[in-house]
Amino acid sequence: MKPSRNGRVTARKAWQGCAFALFWLSGIAAMAVMLAVVGYVVVRGAPELSLSFFTTSPRGGLSGDGGIASTIVATAYLVVMTMAFAAPLGIGAGIYLVEYAGNSRNRIATTFLKLSRFGSETLAGVPSIIFGLFGYALFVTAMHFGFSLLSASLAGACLILPVVVRTAEEALKAVPEGYREASLSLGATRWETIRKVVLPSALPGLTTGIILGVGRILSETAVFYVTLGGSYRTPTSVLSSGRTMALHVYYLAMETRAFEKAMATGAVLVILIIIVNLAINAVSRRLSAGSRS
Amino acid sequence: MADTVPRLRTAGYNLYYGSFRALRDITIDIPENSITAIIGPSGCGKSTFLRSFNRMNELIPGVTVTGKVLLDGEDIFRADVVALRRKVGMVFQRPNPFPKSIFDNVSYGPRIHGTRDRGVLASIVERSLRDAALWDEVKDDQQKSALALSGGQQQRLCIARALAVEPEVILMDEPASALDPVATMRIEELMQSLKQRYTIVIVTHNMQQAARVSDFTAFMMTDGFRAGNLVEFGATKQIFTTPADSRTEDYISGRFG
Amino acid sequence: MTRKGAVESAMRTVLLCAGLASLLIVAMTGIFILREAMPAFREVGVWRLLSGSEWRPGQELYGLLPMIAGSGLVTLGAVCLGLPIALGCGIFLAETAPGWIRGVVKPSIELLAGIPSVVYGLFGLVVLVPAVRGFDYPGNAGFGLLSASIVLAVMILPTIASVSEVAIRSVPDEYRKGALALGSTRWEMIRTVVLPAARSGILSAVVLGLGRAVGETIAMIMVIGNSVMMPSAMGGPLPGIFLSRARTLTGNIAVEMSYATGLHSSALFATGVVLFVLIMLVNSAARALMARNAGGGRG
Ligand SMILES: Nc1ncnc2c1ncn2[C@@H]1O[C@H](COP(=O)(O)OP(=O)(O)O)[C@@H](O)[C@H]1O
Ligand SMILES: [Mg+2]
Repeated sequence: MKPSRNGRVTARKAWQGCAFALFWLSGIAAMAVMLAVVGYVVVRGAPELSLSFFTTSPRGGLSGDGGIASTIVATAYLVVMTMAFAAPLGIGAGIYLVEYAGNSRNRIATTFLKLSRFGSETLAGVPSIIFGLFGYALFVTAMHFGFSLLSASLAGACLILPVVVRTAEEALKAVPEGYREASLSLGATRWETIRKVVLPSALPGLTTGIILGVGRILSETAVFYVTLGGSYRTPTSVLSSGRTMALHVYYLAMETRAFEKAMATGAVLVILIIIVNLAINAVSRRLSAGSRS
Repeated sequence: MADTVPRLRTAGYNLYYGSFRALRDITIDIPENSITAIIGPSGCGKSTFLRSFNRMNELIPGVTVTGKVLLDGEDIFRADVVALRRKVGMVFQRPNPFPKSIFDNVSYGPRIHGTRDRGVLASIVERSLRDAALWDEVKDDQQKSALALSGGQQQRLCIARALAVEPEVILMDEPASALDPVATMRIEELMQSLKQRYTIVIVTHNMQQAARVSDFTAFMMTDGFRAGNLVEFGATKQIFTTPADSRTEDYISGRFG
Repeated sequence: MTRKGAVESAMRTVLLCAGLASLLIVAMTGIFILREAMPAFREVGVWRLLSGSEWRPGQELYGLLPMIAGSGLVTLGAVCLGLPIALGCGIFLAETAPGWIRGVVKPSIELLAGIPSVVYGLFGLVVLVPAVRGFDYPGNAGFGLLSASIVLAVMILPTIASVSEVAIRSVPDEYRKGALALGSTRWEMIRTVVLPAARSGILSAVVLGLGRAVGETIAMIMVIGNSVMMPSAMGGPLPGIFLSRARTLTGNIAVEMSYATGLHSSALFATGVVLFVLIMLVNSAARALMARNAGGGRG
């Protein structure tokens, strides 16, 4: 009896050893593969990086000469414009859903709540090219904005709106109910309560949502591929065509075959995304530090 | 009881959460400048009843009420809710200071109601903190975050915050249940000193506390599945020594609940 | 008091408008795309769109089957390559990794989930395509399903790994202690208690990954070749199909959008509708599975 039992324990331990070895292996493999991809682009792109790379614009044509100055400008415009459309709308909608509709028994309000939850859940899984399609048909052609920063930022706003609404809702829901009760019990109106108590404590969460949106715009390519036009010149108005850094990587790689320049631009993008992630971590660390004390 | 003016009065008052009737036909007169304790087993409707006096139940979707609630003889459902809550302050079970400085917590109410002058605010804050017996502990450090205070200090801060809008009535929902015995004692002492100027209604789970601090006691209970019955209301001494209703006696002597 | 009331109701209205506008945008996106797709559905017919194997806009032939096959195969390939590693990595991080490794790997994986897809596409174009070209196989030019599947596998890895890690970690510790107290090894505990308890979370991680795979556009255009053709093994063994060029539904829209007019443009919107329906099918299948699992778990 005893030896066989020990034998079974040994066998079970052996199984465990195999399984754990596989987990270690996949952990290492996952890291290695992903680091290889990003590392390759950054390492091969890095030698191209110099001050002039950031300060000169692409020369155009098939050579791929020049830097990325105009694409930095276009990216910045696009991020600002998109957030200017999406942030107030998304955060406003989030406030309405959590602070007003959520506290109501009104049939219309609850239906509204359910519809928007369904809508944002559905849209969260919709491929971005569909927003490109929508933006192209509505803003570029039907509304005659053409391939422009305006069309692209409107399409981009539609893309990130569900994300912004969602994160805003979550940030607001995380505010303890006791804060609202205390404020209302002192004779504050709903809006005073929201402005003076709820929004300040939800600020880190709302900020995280906005930074997430910025990251999304920085890395999105498909939507802007079909709405922004791709001109390498520095945009001069909201109706100018342009290309973001991510789009620039695509054009350099696919049209001019300037791989070194494409990788240099890619490296810049990767670094930007790292910065965005660090910002989110910093904000959420402040968030948890605030709630702990 | 006959010689004091009722400050709060309910008459034939019912409250429903959707179709669930949480308060049944409650009629009560709460005298001014006194402490009234509401006692009873969990879930019998004490908090719901307390929240009726400043219409906080309206924040819960699906709540409907019938009957009357009067403050100084005026129907509170006709009054402006903001004005009502200014007159009827509330202290909650868990201390809930805003994540702001001590000063900003206490001055929150006056600011909302239109006081802008820094000097006036400072004197309101000082007076309220003194009344809440917290001044000596925090006077040099009013810019400190309220969240850095101890639980008992936080609760006294919440009391100061409620006092700062100069209410007539203060509602307290188990204000000491989250606190240790020493902090509880301080809150009880504080209530004694406040009752000279305010009408206090307190919900408590703790019968010793009710007996120690209150002048009047209301006993509520759940009857079978039916919550929200006011069984008996009277002077605390009488309720605890010669209750009129046998259910009150059973509860007080610990036979159920 | 009245001024307060006015501000209150004004703000309420403003916020309501923001809410309504957001909802309207959601609704409009759907309605607009459907409206634009209508002519194609009417003139070509739903069935011919879905089953037609020829897409030649010049000759008014609009069959989406090659693109459906392309999207399907590349997703299948990515899942076969990426899912085992991703899940293994999720379990590794949640259950067996030492704290400091987890502290390093977890944030890196979250970071990698945010790297622009164009960067992954670029890597595929510069490294994978030439490497795959090395296989001696009829018609193989490096661009095709294999390169695309590898790129996509790398892209869905961080999503699946980090979401499943969260799901596994959220299994209450009591379950683990209970299993260990009965004399299970840690692996038996993971296999019999932790993973079953986390399965609905793991499933949603997989669905999220699938959605990302089916919806990926730019990285796919860069490496898959974009030829409109039914993927085929060119007479070789069946796995040879992955060396075939192809086009995805997403790529079909992106590549032709800027010059399409009339029925052609409408057919691209129809492509969008098909893509949307496909994603919804995956999501609701997953939801149904989850519901069944949850029911089974309770019973
Ligand atoms: N928001 C609510 N929705 C529905 N029912 C509630 C709600 N709050 C309390 N109740 C019900 O009303 C009854 C009284 O609750 P409460 O006033 O909190 O009791 P107490 O404070 O005496 O413990 C309980 O049966 C409780 O379940
Ligand atoms: Mg209670």
